[in-house]
Amino acid sequence: MLLIRCPWCGLREEAEFSCGGEAHIVRPLNPDELTDEEWADYLFMRDNTKGWQSEQWIHSGGCRRWFNAQRDTVTYKFGATYKHTDPKPEDRD
Amino acid sequence: MKNYSIFTLARHALDRRKSWSRAWRDPTPRPSYDVVIVGGGGHGLATAYYLASEHGITNIAVVEKGWIGGGNTGRNTTIVRSNYLWDEAAHLYEKSLVLWESLSQELNFNVMFSQRGVMNLGHNLQDMRDIYRRSNANMLNGIDSEILTAQQISEIVPIMNTSPYARYPVLGASFQRRGGIARHDAVAWGFARAADRRGVDIIQNCEVTGIRRGNGKVEGVETTRGFIGAGKVGVVAAGHSSVIAEMAGIRMPIESHPLQALVSEPIKPILHTVVMSNAVHGYISQSDKGELVIGAGVDSYLGYGQRGSFSTIEGNITAIVELFPIFSRVRMLRHWGGIVDVCPDACPIISKTSVDGLYFNCGWGTGGFKATPGSGWVFAHTIARDEPHRLNAAFGIDRFVSGALIDEHGAAGVAH
Repeated sequence: MLLIRCPWCGLREEAEFSCGGEAHIVRPLNPDELTDEEWADYLFMRDNTKGWQSEQWIHSGGCRRWFNAQRDTVTYKFGATYKHTDPKPEDRD
Repeated sequence: MKNYSIFTLARHALDRRKSWSRAWRDPTPRPSYDVVIVGGGGHGLATAYYLASEHGITNIAVVEKGWIGGGNTGRNTTIVRSNYLWDEAAHLYEKSLVLWESLSQELNFNVMFSQRGVMNLGHNLQDMRDIYRRSNANMLNGIDSEILTAQQISEIVPIMNTSPYARYPVLGASFQRRGGIARHDAVAWGFARAADRRGVDIIQNCEVTGIRRGNGKVEGVETTRGFIGAGKVGVVAAGHSSVIAEMAGIRMPIESHPLQALVSEPIKPILHTVVMSNAVHGYISQSDKGELVIGAGVDSYLGYGQRGSFSTIEGNITAIVELFPIFSRVRMLRHWGGIVDVCPDACPIISKTSVDGLYFNCGWGTGGFKATPGSGWVFAHTIARDEPHRLNAAFGIDRFVSGALIDEHGAAGVAH
């Protein structure tokens, strides 16, 4: 069982959370001008990083608020958690 | 290498099994091949086998970073069925099921394919509506399917709790009698031996670290054992497909998730069919050794770690014990996770790419084992002819641009 640090509630166990996938994917601001390839890239294509990546999580069994977290997808170790309005932290190795 | 038969079995029993020859060679990689297959799991080995047997291409290497069958081929719950809703998926999986039916004879290797039936349970009105719809679609596609009532289910599987007072009562099921299970290791070994006999080099402990390209065409693969030139490269890397795709500058619509399963201590025969439940999410069968083989759903987060969360297993076991109260005191023996490559529409990508001579077969998600022979068969055709077979024409990577997705999420009997 993973322990995840919610920015509002502190360390809580994994069963209280849901993962919302890769973070920092920005919805296009000019939808009328996008080609099909660009839409496909936004909707479906993912980095699927092996190693550290930024993800969206929601504390669904707690404060029910979204936040972002850095996590190693091989060891499942969590790094920094931060509010989803904060900028993406520096990539770590 | 000789054919396996009852006579070789008897002869080797008499000499105390000392003179069995190895089932496949351990070659050093040659400088180049006509085709290099990246990934020595069931699908990759099947691709090499069908390239050799159906298309006459034998100058092939299969490169595998670990040992063959050590990835998802050895980490699944071995269920084989073809009861998919949509025509494209149904035809593809049915082709595979037909190949399964004669696979042991074809490979001269007993893959222990056992058509003991696959039951998909319905627990509420909407489940039953979906089951009727899928079952009818299957029959229209010439795929065997039956609808069972709760009474009929309890006649086939008397140990199941079909009480109307259960938390999630069993209302009925679809039943595909031609479905069943196979011995997963034997599938990898059988394809490896059969491919090797036709001249395919199987190179283990050889990890691909790069894909060399020039003028938009593939030239070969960089590996931990040096560069291997190739006219064509077929990538069948399951959970690591995105990692290989990135080496070739291609983006994939795939997320890799851990999928867990577990087996119990061996017990006497008690469950002679496969039971799957979409709503409470568990599936179970009994292997020929007597172990109960139990599958869970994927973990919600992305993961390359070949292990998952205990809470997923806990929810899975809760569902199994609710369905089969008699199993509450069975002890579990082993538990493992595989990395599955999940596509947004829960259907595979078997496709050419923007790089000439580079092909991808991935995105099988949680249901790749059943497709092993069919996947290899259509992928071999795609590589040999440089165009998809009509069975996998709809499974191109371009469907994510055109929008022609084949939405098997939830429709295929399992909701993950």
